[in-house]
Amino acid sequence: MGSLLLISVIKFVAYVSIVLVTVIMLVYAERRVSAFIQNRLGPNRVGPWGLFQALVDVVKLLLKEDIVPKNAYKPVHDLAPIISIAVALSTFAVIPFGNTIELFGTQVKLMIADVNVGILYLLSITSLGVYGVTLAGWSSNNKYSLLGGLRSSAQLISYELSMGLSIIGVLMVCGTLRLDQIVLHQTTYLWGWLPAWNIFLQPVAFFTFFIAAFAETNRLPFDLPEAEPELVGGYHTEYTGLKFGLFFLAEYANMFTAGAVITTLFLGGWHLPYAEYLGLSPTMLSILQVLTFCVKLVLVELFFIVVRWTIPRFRYDQLMNIGWKVMLPLTLANVLVTGAVMLLIQ
Amino acid sequence: MDSHAVATGALYGYRNQKSSSTNNFFESSVTLETFLFYTLGAVSVGSALMMVTRRSPVMSALYLILNFFALGGLYLSLHAQFIAFIQILVYAGAIMVLFVFVIMLLNLGDEKKLNERFSWKKIVGAGLSFGVLMELIFVFAFSKANLPPSHFEKATDIGTVENIGMQLFTTFLFPFEVTSVLLLAAIVGAVVLAKKKLN
Repeated sequence: MGSLLLISVIKFVAYVSIVLVTVIMLVYAERRVSAFIQNRLGPNRVGPWGLFQALVDVVKLLLKEDIVPKNAYKPVHDLAPIISIAVALSTFAVIPFGNTIELFGTQVKLMIADVNVGILYLLSITSLGVYGVTLAGWSSNNKYSLLGGLRSSAQLISYELSMGLSIIGVLMVCGTLRLDQIVLHQTTYLWGWLPAWNIFLQPVAFFTFFIAAFAETNRLPFDLPEAEPELVGGYHTEYTGLKFGLFFLAEYANMFTAGAVITTLFLGGWHLPYAEYLGLSPTMLSILQVLTFCVKLVLVELFFIVVRWTIPRFRYDQLMNIGWKVMLPLTLANVLVTGAVMLLIQ
Repeated sequence: MDSHAVATGALYGYRNQKSSSTNNFFESSVTLETFLFYTLGAVSVGSALMMVTRRSPVMSALYLILNFFALGGLYLSLHAQFIAFIQILVYAGAIMVLFVFVIMLLNLGDEKKLNERFSWKKIVGAGLSFGVLMELIFVFAFSKANLPPSHFEKATDIGTVENIGMQLFTTFLFPFEVTSVLLLAAIVGAVVLAKKKLN
């Protein structure tokens, strides 16, 4: 019992510190990659290669004055960034970032919480993220903020459906709601050589989920809630200092979680193909698998960043058309086809 | 009688099974489960009251969301993980988002106070709520209704996704399908109402 508690505490502390550091590094990566795409240098003065720029920015945000507009509704204005960051950080709890590792003589699963309805937990928590944005828009008492908040709720409702329906395809193939079981299911091989990752078994679901993830994280080409040319800053126009910083952090934490979910559901999670045949000791294999998960995650995040700086923003009607008339029928058809194929194989 | 144990039985149709180690709040020491039950119960009742009494529609909606969370927690303490998360996913995450969206779109101000002191509405309302309260007290405290025995060995098995799915597609297939037809009719109706011209 004591060691169980200790393991939980270690997991939790490691998780929070890793996520926060990674999220800050994501901001740095985004600025450097965008600079590369636009033929600039990007931040390169603070620390080696400008690595500490993001940290210094956090300190700047901490020291800035916190201004609440006169007509804003203060309790909700304060609550909104808290909702955003809490939702963004708590989704990661069910992601398995490795198989099992031996600690203090017990096999420890490398995930914070082993929930038997892991996917439902993920979906329900991410569906709450919209409140942070919507309430920020409403409580600021500013027309641009309100429009940003409204756009965000409409967008998230539209794309949540496709997101949930693309996951159904994965659930049908894997037959479980546990995320660690879904990864285990992907560690087998098709025809003896192709890893049974869901990206190969469910390519359409992967495609739709990826697009929905862009929309759910408010990233370009789906960043209409904060479209600068039309809405000044969107829902966070009236936020300054640390509260703005929390929204900023939440956006990158969401991106991080979305990448982790995509890796887990479609890219085989911590599975490194053929690593079982290398003859490594169990501990080494576990560490290798955690590293594999990290590499996959980084690649997905890099793809997120490159897409942001390559593709222009959608118009609002285009956004709604894609959500309801393209994505939704596609995901429904995917569920139907998956069911039919599974029946035929049986 | 411990209301928790009775509520568990009433919800899942079983009796005489020890779903947990806590059977009587007053006899046993306060365990985590009873503590959670009373905290969540207090939060759900409190948020429900706040929801009814707030004047700003957005605040009412927020308290309703809090209420759904407390209910979700109560479901979790009854080993009904599926219902707990569906409660949050569907009600807090989808339906209430639409509510908040519409409230903001209409930009509703605060509700105005009614001037009338006594009205028949208040009397009827008070009478009805008193009746419902009496009924609940009767059901939970005095009723000796014979609930059918459960099919499950362990109380923890009842709320799993597998068992709910099994029950839905075998025992309760007909009501399940009827519900889906009703929902389809509602969707078609909504489209017809929203679309101005049908070509």
